[in-house]
Amino acid sequence: MLSDQDRIFTNLYGLHSPGLEEARKRGAWDGTKFLLEMGRDWIIDEMKASGLRGRGGAGFPTGLKWSFMPKKSDGRPHYLVVNADESEPGTCKDREIMRHDPHLLIEGCMLASFSMAAHACYIYIRGEYVAEKHALQKAVDEAYAARLVGKDNVHGYPFDIYVHHGAGAYICGEETALLESLEGKKGMPRLKPPFPANMGLYGCPTTVNNVESIAVAGTILRRGGAWFAGLGGKNNTGTKLFCVSGHVNKPCNVEEELGITFRELIDKHCGGMRGGWDNLLCSIPGGSSVPLVPAEQIIDAKMDFDTLRGLGSGLGTAAVIVLDRSTDIVSAIARIAYFYKHESCGQCTPCREGTGWMWRVMLRMAEGRAQRREIDMLLDVTKQIEGHTICALGDAAAWPIQGLIRHFRPEIEKRIDRYSANPHSDPVRIAAE
Amino acid sequence: MANRRLAPASEQPASFAFSPENADWAKGQIEKYPEGRQASAVIPLLWKAQEQNGGWLPRAAIEAVAAELGMPHIRVLEVATFYTMFALEPVGRFWIQLCGTVPCDSCGARELKDYLQERLGPPGHVSADGNFSWLEVECLGACCNAPMAQINQDYYEDLTPDLLGTLMDDLASGRPVKVGSQVGRTSSEPKGGADTLIDTTLFDGSRVGAWRKRFEEHAADDTTAEGKSEAASSEQRAATDPKPAKPDAGRAAASSASDGPAQRSAGGEEPVKAGDKSDAADSKDSKAQPGHPSADAGVTVARAEAAGAEAGTQSDLPRDEPPPQPLASGASDDLGPDDATAPSKADKPSGTASKSGAPKTEGN
Amino acid sequence: MTKLIVDGTEVDVPAEYTLLQACEVAGAEIPRFCFHERLSIAGNCRMCLVELKGAPKPVASCAYAVKDCRPGPNGEPPEILTRSGTTKKAREGVMEFLLINHPLDCPICDQGGHCDLQDQAMAYGVDSTRYGENKRAVEEKYIGPLVRTAMNRCIHCTRCVRFLAEVAGVPDLGAIGRGEDMEITSYLESAMGSELQGNVADLCPVGALVHKPQSYEVRPWELSKTESIDVMDAVGCAIRVDARGREVMQIEPRVNEDINEEWISDKTRHAVDGLRAQRLDRPYLRENGRLRPASWGEAFAAIAAKTKAADPKRVGAIVGDLAAVEEIYALKILMASLGVTNLDCRQAGEAIDPAWGRAAYTFNPTIPGIEDADAILLVGTNPRLEASLLNVRIRKRWRMAPLAVGLIGEAVDLTYPHTYLGAGPETLADLAAGRHSFAEVLKGASRPLVVVGTGALSRPDGAAILAAAAALAKDVGAVTPEWNGFAVLQTAAARVGALDLGFVPGEGGLDFAAMAEPGALDVLFNLGADEVEIGAGAFVVYQGTHGDRGATRADVILPGAAYTEKNATFVNLEGRVQTTNRAGFPPGDAREDWAILRALSDVLGKRLAFDSLGALRRALYAEYPHFAALDAVAPGDLVATVETLAGLGGETNRSALVSAVPDFYLTNAIARASRVLAECSGLARTRGLEAAE
Repeated sequence: MLSDQDRIFTNLYGLHSPGLEEARKRGAWDGTKFLLEMGRDWIIDEMKASGLRGRGGAGFPTGLKWSFMPKKSDGRPHYLVVNADESEPGTCKDREIMRHDPHLLIEGCMLASFSMAAHACYIYIRGEYVAEKHALQKAVDEAYAARLVGKDNVHGYPFDIYVHHGAGAYICGEETALLESLEGKKGMPRLKPPFPANMGLYGCPTTVNNVESIAVAGTILRRGGAWFAGLGGKNNTGTKLFCVSGHVNKPCNVEEELGITFRELIDKHCGGMRGGWDNLLCSIPGGSSVPLVPAEQIIDAKMDFDTLRGLGSGLGTAAVIVLDRSTDIVSAIARIAYFYKHESCGQCTPCREGTGWMWRVMLRMAEGRAQRREIDMLLDVTKQIEGHTICALGDAAAWPIQGLIRHFRPEIEKRIDRYSANPHSDPVRIAAE
Repeated sequence: MANRRLAPASEQPASFAFSPENADWAKGQIEKYPEGRQASAVIPLLWKAQEQNGGWLPRAAIEAVAAELGMPHIRVLEVATFYTMFALEPVGRFWIQLCGTVPCDSCGARELKDYLQERLGPPGHVSADGNFSWLEVECLGACCNAPMAQINQDYYEDLTPDLLGTLMDDLASGRPVKVGSQVGRTSSEPKGGADTLIDTTLFDGSRVGAWRKRFEEHAADDTTAEGKSEAASSEQRAATDPKPAKPDAGRAAASSASDGPAQRSAGGEEPVKAGDKSDAADSKDSKAQPGHPSADAGVTVARAEAAGAEAGTQSDLPRDEPPPQPLASGASDDLGPDDATAPSKADKPSGTASKSGAPKTEGN
Repeated sequence: MTKLIVDGTEVDVPAEYTLLQACEVAGAEIPRFCFHERLSIAGNCRMCLVELKGAPKPVASCAYAVKDCRPGPNGEPPEILTRSGTTKKAREGVMEFLLINHPLDCPICDQGGHCDLQDQAMAYGVDSTRYGENKRAVEEKYIGPLVRTAMNRCIHCTRCVRFLAEVAGVPDLGAIGRGEDMEITSYLESAMGSELQGNVADLCPVGALVHKPQSYEVRPWELSKTESIDVMDAVGCAIRVDARGREVMQIEPRVNEDINEEWISDKTRHAVDGLRAQRLDRPYLRENGRLRPASWGEAFAAIAAKTKAADPKRVGAIVGDLAAVEEIYALKILMASLGVTNLDCRQAGEAIDPAWGRAAYTFNPTIPGIEDADAILLVGTNPRLEASLLNVRIRKRWRMAPLAVGLIGEAVDLTYPHTYLGAGPETLADLAAGRHSFAEVLKGASRPLVVVGTGALSRPDGAAILAAAAALAKDVGAVTPEWNGFAVLQTAAARVGALDLGFVPGEGGLDFAAMAEPGALDVLFNLGADEVEIGAGAFVVYQGTHGDRGATRADVILPGAAYTEKNATFVNLEGRVQTTNRAGFPPGDAREDWAILRALSDVLGKRLAFDSLGALRRALYAEYPHFAALDAVAPGDLVATVETLAGLGGETNRSALVSAVPDFYLTNAIARASRVLAECSGLARTRGLEAAE
């Protein structure tokens, strides 16, 4: 288990005050000026050396992302935008950072902005997080009052930080949709290229980072990229907040080393599996967007990006949804399909039309009110959505269903057979030509 | 999600204007964004309008916000209908948004849904007494505390139908309620308390500044060939070195803790000096003159080190190139004396890698 | 230039090309719905997905730039496969998704026969669907009198939204809701306010937005299509006149990059029903104060009797706004043979003298030339109503790069930001004296453009305003041998042609207003002038198409042909010579106008020397060679003209300048006969009143 000394979010559970004074005692804002004086390149190199991969789901190396920003401004301002639109089902880590350790985030914003020559940072927080918004705003106000940030701050680098509030749209967690939303439009993803590093917020170079990726920056820089890289495994370095929910005895958030095994994670921190390990059905290890992994594969798997990808799933946001044998897995995935139908922005065809289609078929399959041949049809529909959309929501909608069919096809077939074995008055569904 | 339409004309107020304080607030919001980008404030302003109008957004408010921001009505309507937290029809005094996505769904949200259905009828309708209306919404991001619901602006977590019923009764009758977990959890820690984050040195300030040790050591090594060679490329190093040893850079070493706040506290002193609390360490340190380490006896060891590093040693570092990597000093990886309560690190053999930062062998 | 391999064919295209353009260069057809050359790229329909070798997934070729393609590992050019299995599967998938919620109502859909979805489903879809759920039902929307919706059919390509926001410059439409419930609508179903709204139905790739006036009336395959030009304003938009039998059913835009690109205004499109209503289909003769149907012979005899009895000094001829060059020419020769010098075409009383040079009454920089201007001053004009498509070009210019526009006259919404300078001619003087900051803008511009509207010229001080504007243009460097930055914005289709023919008072002749005075003349030939009141006294011969104001005041009515019913030459505001083509025949006994005049000349004993249109044109071209150069703008000597104009001098008064077009929808007899345009006009008035409140 990760040592407390190596945990970055020391107030994860809010047992201590999130205020500036206490945060300083926990190490926030400790020598920030010193770090800034080490220079832009040093910060980026150190972040690269840490091997930190973005914590928002895609796992793109953070230091590399920062290095994409133009080195010299062409007259346009640079922006840092922090993605605090935490909406991936199962994920509730950024919330804890914002309400319990906001100063780590604010300090990280300062450091990241400095390294990218940005003088303004917007934190886009999801609409539902009202209390978190207030907590974060309070911390920002504290930082302004202590002149840690602001036009004229003690660090000598003019820097403004603003909290922006969303209003309920999962898609705004997609970086370009978030920028659209921040510009006051509907959150519809933009076409890439151009990438935000060239044309982002207000057409200016912008980097969008997840809250956790930014909030760990201060600690990484203080303790060194090598320290962070020393935790976890190759290409999967450092610590990560895991959000364990579902059928474990004690669901919780916990910061752990990447590469901890599923079993250890659940046993050490979550009071073990509800009903014992034999009761585990499957897990969705990275938020609802990733395919589920059945019990026998996940149970001793290392929880990191590459291992889970090898299992046909992904670490995503490390939102581990644990499902036991009491779960109606088909209807659980149908519920996820509904989520994507509800959250599709409607911009591009495959996702707009396909998410509703998949949900409706899933709904019937959950009851068994379907034909066996529709399973393959559904699988084909998911493939037609996957990779054909503007943003990754289409993929995210397709994967859970692909995962279900891959691992639980017999379950679906069983239901269909059971339903059709009983008298019912449903006509055989024939598509209108 | 059905089609989201504005409430029927009979429900619509004739006009809407921000109250004076909300109008001031709106101005403050608009100022957050660059000139000419006031449209960015559309969501915050719609929020405020919804708040002012009892939790839902009437047509007049959409038009008022459009006028305020110089946006066409249709663009504001697009925003209001796109984002599902804007309620376009009247809601109850307590607007219950029940999370129904998988983590909650698997932990009892269906029972809550049945309960609300039974008590309040179908979603989207205001109860006869005007107190409640409810809706199933998508993941609210409190999954470790599932199932949960958002009532007006607050989260209520770890619910059961009974707890929700009590909560609703309390809300309706104006009794005080506890926001957050309804089963006594502080936030998302494991029920019954966490066995992590219990090391007191994390919180007493004793670790502050300890990390600077690596920069000092590095500065000392800077002249050696070894230091320089290591400096060549930190990036490459991270790439080729599968798992570098853990340096203790940030650990509280025994020395740094000796004059830490905890010690001072034990000795009857104020753990953190009043001045230190209000004044950023950086602001003070940065004023320290080279060659004049602070003579203030009250300054902690850690801070004195920090001042020295910042004012003296560090200024010798070249600013325009990445500084050399510090040597990993894994020898002191052992737990500090204050770590006695922490779980043993024995299961982490990697902690005792050699000083040179040699790669840790796979299989550890 | 970048090398690219498309389906094995190597092409060399500019790096800023999109893959779609590159594929077209290579001859590979790419299906698309949302993409439109003149709109911003949305990339949302996904129909144009192609396989790009090395890319993890198919890319939207409409949005992917050639320069963003990476060369292969050994530096080979990027390779695009438009016929590969991946591409085919992607297209079939997208097509299936587009169709699952699209209704199967093609037999009753007005788009049938020219439906992109139909066509592409045939070419790129599969033969059946696997979708067995209920199709989505979407409420119909009211978005105005010109466009009918069938929102079940919408495929959410957002072309309509983008057109209005980008080209038309009005935020009339938007997409509300999200996901599969996204709906295109106007704000709370109010009518669209754009004068270009009909184009959204053209743009709609499916039958979701169709033209309301002709809905359920026509099928594309039963129409004969005639390429022609429009005369509703002086822009001369390229149109296609679709007729069924002898009846014109609809007017659609044609592409003419120099004029209208591919848009037309609603007036151009929906004047169609005006071509059927209130038509003069036989000659009429006033007897005992009442008009009675008459034969051509009777009508000509009556005219001959009056004309032969009249002193040529008491005979006059006026020309209205819709007359073509041919009939004006015939009328001019006829009048000359009668010794008549009372001629005029300047119906609004514009202070324009062809003697000043052609550049004094044309839009000299030309419409495409607007894209080169870097500052524009509008004097007494509202181009949005007077020349909608020219205004579109100004807006296009503004979208390309920052453009300073100053406006003197009515404070109106031009659809692009502009500086309102003032209401009256004194503002022009302020500018000339440098008392206004916009003077600096004009001076600082390398290609400033001064546009004078006919509203400014149709005033007693019109000449003085023209002189002041010309002086200002000269002063700010708008007129150089390289740049024609001085323009007059005509509003009548007939005007430039008539002025080219010199249809203005000859020696001692009366002008338009003088001829219209009561008792000024004994006989007045009125060729389609419907916008003025002709005083009592004269025997008025009205030759025209509609029972409008001119016909009411007529003593003899000679029924002519409308612009869709004759092959006729018009000169647009730039001075560009274009011809209409006959799409149908005039109703009843009505005849082509030049032929009427030819026949009349015979009765008057002054037989015109041409028996066919060809002969007439030969004579015309011999006398005025520039009419022979179709689709070309004969350059005028702007430098000299502006010099002349600037020297005119004169005092301006202080009254506010008003546009020559108070009501966009009702500017001529055809438009006034249209019920559709009357409805639009009523809506626009209501909107104006609401806005004023």
